[in-house]
Amino acid sequence: MSFDNNLVSVQHLTFSRGDRIIFDDISLGIQRGKITAIMGPSGTGKTTLLKLIGGQIFPDAGTVEINGQNVHTLARKDLYSLRRRMGMLFQSGALLTDMNVYDNVAFPLREHTKLTESMIRTLVLMKLHAVGLRGARNLMPNELSGGMARRVALARAIALDPMMIMYDEPFTGQDPISMATLVQLIKSLNTILGLTSIIVSHDVHETIAIADYIYVLSHGNIVGQGTPEEINNSESEWVQQFMQGAPEGPVHFHYPAPDYIEDLLTFDKD
Amino acid sequence: MQNSATQDTLVGIFIATGIGALFFLAMQVSNLGGFNAVETYTVTATFENSGGLKVKSPVLIGGVRVGRVESIELDQKMFQAVVRMQIEAQYNQLPEDTTASIFTAGLLGEQYVSLEPGGMDEVLKDQSQIEITQSAIVLEEVMGQFLFKDRGSSDSAAE
Amino acid sequence: MLNILTKLGKNTRCSFNKLGKSGFFLGQVLIGVGDVFLRPRLLSKQLYSVGVLSFLIITVSGLFIGMVLSLQGYYILSSFGAEEALGVMVAASLVRELGPVVTALLFAGRAGSALTAEIGLMKATEQLSGMEMMAIDPIKRIVAPRFVAGLISVPLLTMLFSAIGIIGGHLVGVGMLGVDEGSYWMQMQSSLDFYDDILNGVIKSLVFGFVVTWIALYEGYSAVPTSEGVSGATTRTVVNSAFATLGLDFILTALMFGDI
Repeated sequence: MSFDNNLVSVQHLTFSRGDRIIFDDISLGIQRGKITAIMGPSGTGKTTLLKLIGGQIFPDAGTVEINGQNVHTLARKDLYSLRRRMGMLFQSGALLTDMNVYDNVAFPLREHTKLTESMIRTLVLMKLHAVGLRGARNLMPNELSGGMARRVALARAIALDPMMIMYDEPFTGQDPISMATLVQLIKSLNTILGLTSIIVSHDVHETIAIADYIYVLSHGNIVGQGTPEEINNSESEWVQQFMQGAPEGPVHFHYPAPDYIEDLLTFDKD
Repeated sequence: MQNSATQDTLVGIFIATGIGALFFLAMQVSNLGGFNAVETYTVTATFENSGGLKVKSPVLIGGVRVGRVESIELDQKMFQAVVRMQIEAQYNQLPEDTTASIFTAGLLGEQYVSLEPGGMDEVLKDQSQIEITQSAIVLEEVMGQFLFKDRGSSDSAAE
Repeated sequence: MLNILTKLGKNTRCSFNKLGKSGFFLGQVLIGVGDVFLRPRLLSKQLYSVGVLSFLIITVSGLFIGMVLSLQGYYILSSFGAEEALGVMVAASLVRELGPVVTALLFAGRAGSALTAEIGLMKATEQLSGMEMMAIDPIKRIVAPRFVAGLISVPLLTMLFSAIGIIGGHLVGVGMLGVDEGSYWMQMQSSLDFYDDILNGVIKSLVFGFVVTWIALYEGYSAVPTSEGVSGATTRTVVNSAFATLGLDFILTALMFGDI
């Protein structure tokens, strides 16, 4: 793939938490206007990758560039103005619990712009309409279902018309209907608003259905990448196990442990 | 959760009562009330012993508060205590031969300066000195004298 | 033995680390404080939840402490025949010590713990990270208004506490026990100085408000984002605030009223 049309390019990124290496010298690119999925089993640091891209945490080595700017060397002010053009959808939605749906979506507009209340109202209702929740504007976050909370968060993420949105596990724990709604939304928003999307997920089917390009992560390395077809036809055993969801394969069911019989027989303090 | 107008009102009431409480403490509880604002003039009096008199102790005439002690210093030549008092300007008719005494309110109460007006026509002015003074009665001295006298009489009885 | 020493060393290192981190945090908050005054709406909301909601507990406690002080003071003073000094005793102990200290302790329990839990839960539910990703600094938007609200509320609550305590003392002393009304107020006024006593009390309450709010906000902001982490942080807020308040009170009293 060509790196010229990349909005985000990650080069030789290394990151570790304590003794545990989360990323070991990975490089990847996110193309403009496309939906790129980053997949891998739980605990491979997919969310950490989004936080690294968003500049919330710092890598041990390597660079993350967005639109040609190195996120981690930017001054705070520049980082914040860059973040205004990035949306992020958290797993929990991360709605502010002390205000209702309307105020949540209006929040970034009120903080960052000097628009009048009537203009804010128009914008908020447009965004809420786009996610189908215009009628829920007076509900409080604790009155929303998980899927609705994520849709409100999505409306908030697009409030400032960002150039890219990062989705952190958007499909986890959703019922089939809201899952389908979200898949639809992500796809259509990307096309209509001309966004660049990064989806971090381990829901294989939904992700494959909308992604233009997929990276598969495991143990801090990229074990497979390509378009959905290429990934589906990958020769890597590991990728195959992940995509098929097979319980055994290169990834074992058991967490690394000493020999079973031996372990049972040694009765020692521990 | 109340709407924000009610909230603002309650916050306003809260701040107002808080400041009101400070005002109450200043005026009703401490000496700021009605004193620092009033004009005063200063007179001095020299005592052999100022006892437990303190700065800010009250100055009374006939039990009515007319001022307070401003400072207590030692006169290095006479080795006596010089007490400066601030008297409220409205009490400007004190005769020049006024006497100053240091008394104790109750047996263990705080000490105060009591002024006893004399009969002269001239009045005390700012920076005047009160000539006739009576020192503080120190309890230990009184008790000492009393005990000594007592022992003296019992000694004579034994003879 | 060596174990104990190692542990001591480790604890010392950790506390210094924590001190440094909380100092850094305080610096960031202080930078954000200026913006608070441009957003009076946010401040008013926090003054409500931090100050107005603590109003009841402070006034009720103040009233009862003043009444008890008056009752106990009367029994002791009357045995010396010095009931007239009741007003001074009640007012001096409230204005100098009990007002600032008890208010700070109650504030830590009522408002400080709530601040910690609120911010800790906002962190646990990713609201703080969410804000950061929306290019909104949570320290400026969330922490700084609460800090200013605490700083304003504690001195006001302290004044209320002392004033109501003195009135409570008056109710019991003059109303029930028959101390002379005039000497209750007169002795108070002649013994207490506005600058030495009242203003020093205000300074104490400002210091306590600063420290308690700082502890509460720092504990919340640095809480481990789990339910255990937040509950632990809330407890630490109350305990550390109590230690800090009592320790600082000793130092401040020595500086203000002692000759040290």
